[in-house]
This record gives sequence, C-alpha cells and structure tokens, in this order.
Amino acid sequence: MTDWVFELLLLFLPDWLALSVLYLLIALMIIMPVMLCVAYLTYAERKVIGYMQVRIGPNRVGMKGLLQPIADAVKLLFKEIIVPTESNRYLFVLAPVLAIAPAVAVWAVMPFDDGLVVADLNIGLLYVVAVGSIGIYGAIMAGWASNSKYAFLGAVRIAAQAIAYEIAMALTMVSVIIVSNTLNLSNIVQQQNGGIWMWNFVPLFPMFVVYFISSVAETNRAPFDVAEGESEIVAGFHVEYAGMSFAVFFLAEYAMMIFLTMLASVLFLGGWHSPFDGTPLESIFSFIPGIFWLISKTALLLFMYLWLRATFPRYRYDQIMRLGWKVFIPITLLWIFVVAGMNYYEVKPWF
Amino acid sequence: MLRRIAHFIKTYTLWELLKGLSVTGRALFRRKVTVQFPEQRTPISPRFRGKHALRRYPNGEERCIACKLCEAVCPANAITIESEQREDGSRRTTVYDIDMFKCIYCGFCEEACPVDAIVETNVFDYHFENAADRVMTKDLLLKMGDKHEKQIAEDREVDSQYR
Repeated sequence: MTDWVFELLLLFLPDWLALSVLYLLIALMIIMPVMLCVAYLTYAERKVIGYMQVRIGPNRVGMKGLLQPIADAVKLLFKEIIVPTESNRYLFVLAPVLAIAPAVAVWAVMPFDDGLVVADLNIGLLYVVAVGSIGIYGAIMAGWASNSKYAFLGAVRIAAQAIAYEIAMALTMVSVIIVSNTLNLSNIVQQQNGGIWMWNFVPLFPMFVVYFISSVAETNRAPFDVAEGESEIVAGFHVEYAGMSFAVFFLAEYAMMIFLTMLASVLFLGGWHSPFDGTPLESIFSFIPGIFWLISKTALLLFMYLWLRATFPRYRYDQIMRLGWKVFIPITLLWIFVVAGMNYYEVKPWF
Repeated sequence: MLRRIAHFIKTYTLWELLKGLSVTGRALFRRKVTVQFPEQRTPISPRFRGKHALRRYPNGEERCIACKLCEAVCPANAITIESEQREDGSRRTTVYDIDMFKCIYCGFCEEACPVDAIVETNVFDYHFENAADRVMTKDLLLKMGDKHEKQIAEDREVDSQYR
C-alpha cells in the first residue's frame, strides 16, 4: 500500500520530497491513533479509578463523559505557558520535546500485525531500550531548568529510579532474547505461534511479572510515582510547567505507558496471536485480525496499570530502591540462568 | 522456621498485594451511590443554615424591629444595621447588610432574633459574579424572604417542637 501512495506522490512531487511526505504520512498514521488512545486512556483511568472508589467518574461532557478528554485537551491548549523568570529558558522549552520524541519514536519498531510494522529492524528490541531511555533526559532537564527545588528533587528521584528499573527491565528482555534467539520484534512474535502455552510468559512467568512492575516504575506510575509525588514534592519535575508544555509531558508519559504494555504483549503474550490458536476454537476465531488480539492484550495490561494505581499507596523512596536493586535484579539474573539452562537442555516445547 | 518459609512464599507470590487488588476489584462492581447534584439532591434538615432572609408578618409588615441583637451576637461581625423612627412611630431598619464573605453560617442571628425576622433558609447553592455582590442588602433579604416564605415557615413549624 505504501508503494501505491508513493507512486501517487511521485506524480506531482520530486522524489526526495515524495519520500519525506510518505514517511511523514506513515508517522502520522502511528502518532494520531496513539495520541487518541492517550486521550481516552486518561478517560478510562478516571472512570476505572472512580468505579474502584465507588464513584462514577466523569459523566458530564458528552454521552457518559466521553468528550471529557477533548474538553481537557482544549482547556490545556488555551492555557498560558508560563516560563519562570529564573529558569534556564532554552532547556526549559527543550525538555518537553526531549520527553515526547522518544515516546513517539519507539513506536517505529512495534509490530501491530504480521508485516504491519514501520521499521522491521533486526535490532528492534535494542532500539526500544536505547531510544526509550532517552525520555528520562527530558524529565531531568525539566527538573534542572525549572530552577525549583521540588522540580529538582523530582528529577533526581526519576533519574535514580529509571536507572534501577531499566536494568531489571533490560534483563527480562535478555531472557526473552534467549528464548526466541532474535532481537527482531516481529520474529519474537512469530516464534510464539502455536497456542497459548507457546507464549513466552509461560516459561518466563517471573520475568513477565518483573517486566510489568518495572514498566510501572519506568513510567512513574503509582505506586512508584515518587518522582511526581503530589503529597511530597507537589508534582515533581513538571511543577513549573503549565498548559501545553505540561500536556506534552503528560502525553509522553501515557504514550510510553501504552508502548510498554504493548511491548509486554509482544514479548510475553504472543503479540498478534489469538489465544485460541491450537485449540478446537481456532477456526471459529480465525476471522478476527491479529491487531485486535494485540490491542485487547494491551488494554488488559493497561487496565492492570489503573487497577494498581487505584489499589496501592505510594512506595517509600528507599523501598523503591530496595525493590529495584535487591529484589528484581537478583531475581532476573537468577532466572536468566534458569532460562539458559532450559535452553541448553532444550526443554520442550519452548526451545 | 516454618513461619519464615511461609513468609517467604507469601512475599514472592505477592499474596498481600493480590488481596489488596481483590478489594478494589470487588469495589469496581459495587453499586455507585453518587448523587447527580443539580438534578438529584440529598434531603435537607429543617434546621439547615443556608442563605439568609428577612421575614414579614402575614399582613406584609416587616418583622425586624432593629433591636440589633443579631448584629451584637454575630461572631464574624458580618451584620451592619442602621435604624430610624418611622412616621407611624415604630422603629425600623434603614440599612440591614450581611457581608456573605464574613458570614460563617452559625445561625446565631436567627437564635438571637426576638421576632423571628432574620432566618437562614435551606438555599445553599448560590454565587456572586462580582465581589461587591457579596453584601446582602435589606431589599435582597426581604425579597429572599418573600420568595421562600412557605419553605421557611414549614421548616420552623417542624422544628418548633424541639425548641
């Protein structure tokens, strides 16, 4: 389909411009739905947490409050962007850009369906780890540039936390690589075909749990939200941001949240594979496109995020560090050895 | 020893966390009790102390005799009263202002009033658009009293047996 669009563009554009426009269109085809998902994730979050607190949540704007995220976005767009006098102006403006760019860029390697991927990189997983961690620089920069003690404290916390949990997360990915022998995300999914018991979460269940909790910590979500901790340091690294510049941080956080859960479904939950594969029900559900399964798995994990937020109080800072360094990293290292052993003795059916 | 093993297993199966999740998970399906405010309202006690009003006698004469007891008792100094002698010889107020920013809705003015003139109605949802509108003048108070007289009388009737 991209070839066809490219031919069309070549009719009235020079080829270098046609190529740029084509890539821009592809990028928009990813970014627009992602941003829409972010908007409705905030709605879902408010609804789910509301219901768990025996309230109703937003229900005024539009039917059942469905236009609430639109109203919020419009409000944020019209608000004034305040740059503190004592701040470092250039870094202050650059920080939100640096936060959102990686959160969007990582989507390039996400395989939505068989062959439905923007860049089918052979080092997809490495790319995700490399680019995904750049987002932290945005937060650190924001905290530094704001010239505010709360923002600075938030930035320091986010940096320490990100380092601790990125290691655990990368180690869980290593165990996935051992199972699937590839860094290409599409191949990782293809490797998991043949039924629900072939999905990576079966041999790697502790890794799946560690990955999930680490991803919660990575995105600074409750109960690991000390970097934002409303009750301690106001709002962490983005206290000084208002209006759209704050919204960009918000978008980055939520886009990263959706990405990490989708990555969890790709790495551990069989990506676009149907859970009914290999059972008698397979033929009944074969008409459903793979992207549906991927999205429903992602939605399930996102619901878990919201569920966690509605349930747990915030971790104390030293507890977060203890969990990251003293629990997750040893567990992941241990399980990598277990997986390596399973790989060496070719435990069926996974290896 | 056995207890330590049990503790170890409990820790690594995230037992306590799962229990917490089950609590919120059940709350997700519980019946919601939210009152949709402007459309639905919760019942209000007859003793409710809301926006103020000045009452009249059934013949239309205003009750307030400018005794200034309410002004004296008001803990927030929200009430300002000035009085004069009317042509028929009776004492009446010329100014009766309540500063709604100062008022703490304690209901002392109503308690102090010997003629049940100043009362607090059960109106609690109102707003001003300018800071100057915060002062309830005598006209506004009387108008409020005329508008809600039926409700005010009913509430006083219900509550009278406990006084």
